[in-house]
Amino acid sequence: MLFLLCRIGRFALDELSEMGRMFLFLLSALILAFRPPAKIRLIIHHIKTIGVDSLSVVLLSGFFTGMVMGFQGYYSLRKFNAESWLGSATALGLLRELGPVLSAFMVTGRTGSAMAAELGTMRATEQIDALYSMAINPIKYLVSPRLIASLIAMPLLTAIFDVIGIYGAYLVGVGLLGVSSGSYFSGMESSIVFNDVYSGFVKSLSFGLIITWVCCYKGFHAPPMAAGVSRATTESVVLSFVLILVWDYFLTSIML
Amino acid sequence: MHKGFGAQQVLKGVNLDIAKGKITTIVGTSGCGKTVLLKHLNALLLPDRGEVLVDGVDITKLGQKELYETRSRFGVLFQGAALLDSMTIFDNVAFPLREKTKMSEPQIQKKVEERLEQVGLEGMGYKYPAELSGGMKKRSGLARALVMDPEIVLFDEPTTGLDPVLATGIHQLIARTQETFGFTGVVVSHTIPQVFAISDYVAMMANGVIEEINPPKEFQSSQNPVVQQFIKGETEGPIQVL
Repeated sequence: MLFLLCRIGRFALDELSEMGRMFLFLLSALILAFRPPAKIRLIIHHIKTIGVDSLSVVLLSGFFTGMVMGFQGYYSLRKFNAESWLGSATALGLLRELGPVLSAFMVTGRTGSAMAAELGTMRATEQIDALYSMAINPIKYLVSPRLIASLIAMPLLTAIFDVIGIYGAYLVGVGLLGVSSGSYFSGMESSIVFNDVYSGFVKSLSFGLIITWVCCYKGFHAPPMAAGVSRATTESVVLSFVLILVWDYFLTSIML
Repeated sequence: MHKGFGAQQVLKGVNLDIAKGKITTIVGTSGCGKTVLLKHLNALLLPDRGEVLVDGVDITKLGQKELYETRSRFGVLFQGAALLDSMTIFDNVAFPLREKTKMSEPQIQKKVEERLEQVGLEGMGYKYPAELSGGMKKRSGLARALVMDPEIVLFDEPTTGLDPVLATGIHQLIARTQETFGFTGVVVSHTIPQVFAISDYVAMMANGVIEEINPPKEFQSSQNPVVQQFIKGETEGPIQVL
């Protein structure tokens, strides 16, 4: 009985200290991000790996998500004889929810896991120790540029996902299922308000932060061996997914 | 100093004086804690109890800014060289200069090429670490460790895993650069007796403490049974093996 209590207590304390460490990690990365000198070239390099290199996967997933929404949206709206509102429905769904969340998932799977693996391997090969030994702060050099780059890249990727999704739903709804193209876009225009776009934007910014924060933390603190790196990669993706969904709930409840 | 990881006590009261301007070699069995000790010298690890004094200042108690300043006085050659694999050798050696100094690119280029030449890697700067052999990686790591003209250089098993010819070459390189630049060298090694040739002092580490520290000649003729067992490479003796 006492043993069980100890185990639960130990678990709770470990989790709590891990959360504390993660938060301190984020804090120092953010503070160091805004301390000169600015590593512009590094930031641009990471915008390329986080943003540009994720473009094809975002385009593909956005397009097919939009097409599915076209089918499902039409099927559901038909029950209320409201097919002409398809444009409005898909745009609302994409801008407010599916755009930020799904593009964040894509980026997590593609880039987040790569960040965790890269930093974990650097830890295992003593490259992070080498940076400390050269009196260079590894968080400033490795994490802060990735953080700034993801804050720039994520909203752009989300916007691209939204646009291509709307187009995919248009192709299915108007092209295949006979919704009138005029009502597709006019419905969208009358229903969408700035808050819809804005909440999607804020979500994408915060998801970008979460992805980089979690994946860099897990990689940076990975036990220095192959199993450690692989576990860090898996945990970073899983934790990012969970935190994205949980934070999505809180943001949605605040912003609606 | 005392240091433990979880239930395992690694350093159990290490006392060591490193002489300035000389090469001190720390020897001991694999896993006895030599690298752990070395990582305390520039505060990569902090002791559970004890202090690390550099010129009289306890670096374990320094704030971040002073600690980073102290670390700038060190150069470190890690066991696997720890080169940043996304950059070329040239960029690796230039890295501390670009990050920590305000030198111009032509000045940096000159200095990096000088160091690469000194370690016998002239003209190889454009290669990436993945394209190099183990020995070449170590030499690149050494060039990077020396590029900021450090006062103290730490070598973590510089010749482990290298063939005897290359090992002697690396040892001679360390001795030559120490003579040229006059830094204080701390070498962790178990390639004996070759490393004795370049050492001013040899410290034997066993059971979490420093058993003995002496110039190589006295060390080799020591009557300490731990030292004798280690030098002769015997499995019978105070050092527990398999």
